[in-house]
Amino acid sequence: MERLTNRSKIVSDKKMTFLEKIYLPAILSGIMITIKHMFKKHATVRYPEKTREFSEIYRGMHVLKRDDKGAERCTACGLCAVACPAEAITMVAAERNKGEENLYREEKYAAKYEINMLRCIFCGLCEEACPKEAIFLTDRIVTTDYGRDEFIYGKDKLVEPVNARIDVTKRQTPEVLEFKQQKKLSHNR
Amino acid sequence: MTLLLFKVLLILAVFAISLFMAAYSTYAERKVAAFMQDRLGPDRAGPFGLLQPLADGLKLFMKEEITPEVSNKFLFVLGPSLFMITALMTGVVIPWGNLLNIDGINYSLQITDINIGILYVFGVVSIGVYGIMIGGWASNNKFSLLGAIRASAQMISYEVAMGLSIIALVMMTGTLSLKEICEYQAGGVGGNWNFWNVVYQPLSFLIFMICAFAECNRAPFDLPECETELVGGYHTEFSSMKLGLYLFAEYINMFISSATMATLFFGGYNFPFMHDLGLSQNAITIIGTGVLFGKIIFFIFFFMWIRWTIPRFRYDQLMNLGWKGLLPLAIGNLLITGLFILLNNRG
Repeated sequence: MERLTNRSKIVSDKKMTFLEKIYLPAILSGIMITIKHMFKKHATVRYPEKTREFSEIYRGMHVLKRDDKGAERCTACGLCAVACPAEAITMVAAERNKGEENLYREEKYAAKYEINMLRCIFCGLCEEACPKEAIFLTDRIVTTDYGRDEFIYGKDKLVEPVNARIDVTKRQTPEVLEFKQQKKLSHNR
Repeated sequence: MTLLLFKVLLILAVFAISLFMAAYSTYAERKVAAFMQDRLGPDRAGPFGLLQPLADGLKLFMKEEITPEVSNKFLFVLGPSLFMITALMTGVVIPWGNLLNIDGINYSLQITDINIGILYVFGVVSIGVYGIMIGGWASNNKFSLLGAIRASAQMISYEVAMGLSIIALVMMTGTLSLKEICEYQAGGVGGNWNFWNVVYQPLSFLIFMICAFAECNRAPFDLPECETELVGGYHTEFSSMKLGLYLFAEYINMFISSATMATLFFGGYNFPFMHDLGLSQNAITIIGTGVLFGKIIFFIFFFMWIRWTIPRFRYDQLMNLGWKGLLPLAIGNLLITGLFILLNNRG
């Protein structure tokens, strides 16, 4: 079998030599290792003052996008809920009334859209499933809270505000776009 | 300033310093552990987390004090108190410094120089094990009892080797008084050549140090309170400041045993070239006390260093090391020392 590293040692239960029996050489080499670590760079990030840099394609808290005119893109088709492996998404669809054209893009919209952030595994399958480019994962993190109820995020938290749009282009790398294109083509086939 | 007033002040100072060192040892322990594991350790309370011991102390005071229903109430309180008292008592015979000259009168920076100093330390430390034993037994808990039994067995086993290792030193210096042992090493290098005792008795020092680790219940000999096997060992049932007393007393023990090691083997308050620099007596004393504390802090650091390096011994390994390893070694060391003294006196 091929070894993964060259650091593995073959162990045996042979009798210990005198030097091994008195422990001291082993202890000495041990304390040399620990003292070396005292002067190494610490791995800690002092969190509230400093934040760790996120990956470009970090999958964090979701956003429900609006279109250019500020109307919600989601049509409550339910594909994201079907795609979700953790079954974290629920929604209630409703029909658009007259005069609400500036609020909702198409005739059907999600009256209620909830993601249970405790169930969500942030896999991004909802984003892949969405045919309307309505849901995206962003580099924002889901913050801590006191109760389980607070983690069921409704539309108030998910839909992006009109005057504070959330940038989702960072995640749309050429590879991701290519992947989505391929998927669309395979659907049509 | 009368002698009495000076002694009272000295006692208060030693008491305060012991507690201060214990409090900051807890901080240092966490910092050293963190640094050796590439972490930062406590750094939120005050600059660099320096107020952390205060926060910890406050937390321990505010915690609910739980006394188990089935425990022996009197002994349950006596255990931690006894452990703390014995820990604080040992500081009395340590020479914290040389003579201090105030208004033409020499004051010794040692609370009392009894002629059996080292024996006194041993005696008091041996009483300390009762604190653990009583506390563990009074909790009426199997884990506590197991921890207490382990603690007493371990302390008794290692005290034998520790005592024998010291006898070699006592034979060499011809005194039991810590002050005189300290004086014996005065001068350091330069002037009149007196080396530290560790040069003459390295093996004795090694045995003494290993036994000191065991006596303080420190890793790798922390079997009485090993979390992985016994929850918390003898202090499983203790909470609030009673637990605090146990933890605190342990750090005071560490401080005192560091001081003892520094005094016995590393010249105590003596430092190299102390008589060659042309300093006044008071200056030498003050620098000497600083040097002693430097040595003590190094040993405390060494305690922590070892703790975060070596895993815990198995119980049979512990007993093997104590009875079959250290005890014969200490006796051998004793015989060799005796032989050398005999030959020297003849020639």
